[in-house]
Amino acid sequence: MATAEIAVDRAALFEFLTRMGDNTLILGHRVSEWCGHAPVLEEDIALANTALDLIGQTQLWLGLAGEVEGKGRNADALAFLRDAAAFRNCLLVERPNGDFGQTLMRQFLFDAWHHVMLTALTKSEDPRVAEIAAKAVKEAAYHLERSSDLVIRLGDGTDESHARMQRALDDMWSYVGELFIADDADRAVAEAGIAPDPASLKPEWEAIVSEVLREATLKAPTSAYVHKGGRRGVHTEHLGYILADMQFLQRAYPGATW
Amino acid sequence: MSSEWPLWEVFIRGQHGLNHRHVGSLHAPDAELAIKNARDVYTRRNEGVSIWVVKSVDITASSPSDKGPLFEPSNSKVYRHPTFFQIPEEVGHM
Repeated sequence: MATAEIAVDRAALFEFLTRMGDNTLILGHRVSEWCGHAPVLEEDIALANTALDLIGQTQLWLGLAGEVEGKGRNADALAFLRDAAAFRNCLLVERPNGDFGQTLMRQFLFDAWHHVMLTALTKSEDPRVAEIAAKAVKEAAYHLERSSDLVIRLGDGTDESHARMQRALDDMWSYVGELFIADDADRAVAEAGIAPDPASLKPEWEAIVSEVLREATLKAPTSAYVHKGGRRGVHTEHLGYILADMQFLQRAYPGATW
Repeated sequence: MSSEWPLWEVFIRGQHGLNHRHVGSLHAPDAELAIKNARDVYTRRNEGVSIWVVKSVDITASSPSDKGPLFEPSNSKVYRHPTFFQIPEEVGHM
């Protein structure tokens, strides 16, 4: 345990952990917005389960991030008391829910990356990271199975559902590339064997996504343009609204508990 | 929308060695999604190790109006209960 910490810059490890935790926190919050509004009861509960899985993973990632940082901040402090510029989630997860198809497509594109990433992290040199990944990868495997299945059914469904899924894919596509671009922090944790190089995950992600899209009769956009910034704290305006909603209570009533 | 989906009855086995028990029903377009929905609706609190789903229309039920002829004849037939056997001491608790 101690060796892994010595071998890597603390700031880089903190950066990596907040990226993992902020992805699951913001997506978990987004998905939870469906609670009580999903198209059918069964889907409503399934989405709420997914959201809760993601929030549970957030507690582990941000809890460890707080420990590594060593400034006395726990997972709650990191989630509720940081401003938008300190958040390290990718832009994809802060995209608005849109219709059910957009929510589902965002989930599928994320799940495919998440599962590949967590699988790689189960072999991390840092046992704390490997343990969190081992727990989370089972949840991510189910998320991916479910979202793949629904993307195929709706993509290869009626004219209406096909059109909506294609629109969702066109809308979300350019927000994925950011997940595969490495910066100094990524390179530092990769060199220490704590996490994979983000770019190394792309072939496997592409294999999963292209197979599902083929079955779903959907076409991936050809544009190579990539929106980026979230992973270094430059967010779209959507994150501000999420945080206003999510952080209001702790900001208005500091230290409130229940 | 859900009215277009068939109804499924869900059976969960709580732990190895126990029988599957009927826990409720849900809507799903086919068996595969019925299993997924059942997982999400009925095993959230670690209730199960196995799920069965069966289309509700495939269940044939006895008619409530047949209750008399079906079940009343077995009333007052105490000799059908295995309570009249003497159990030898050496068998111990059964």
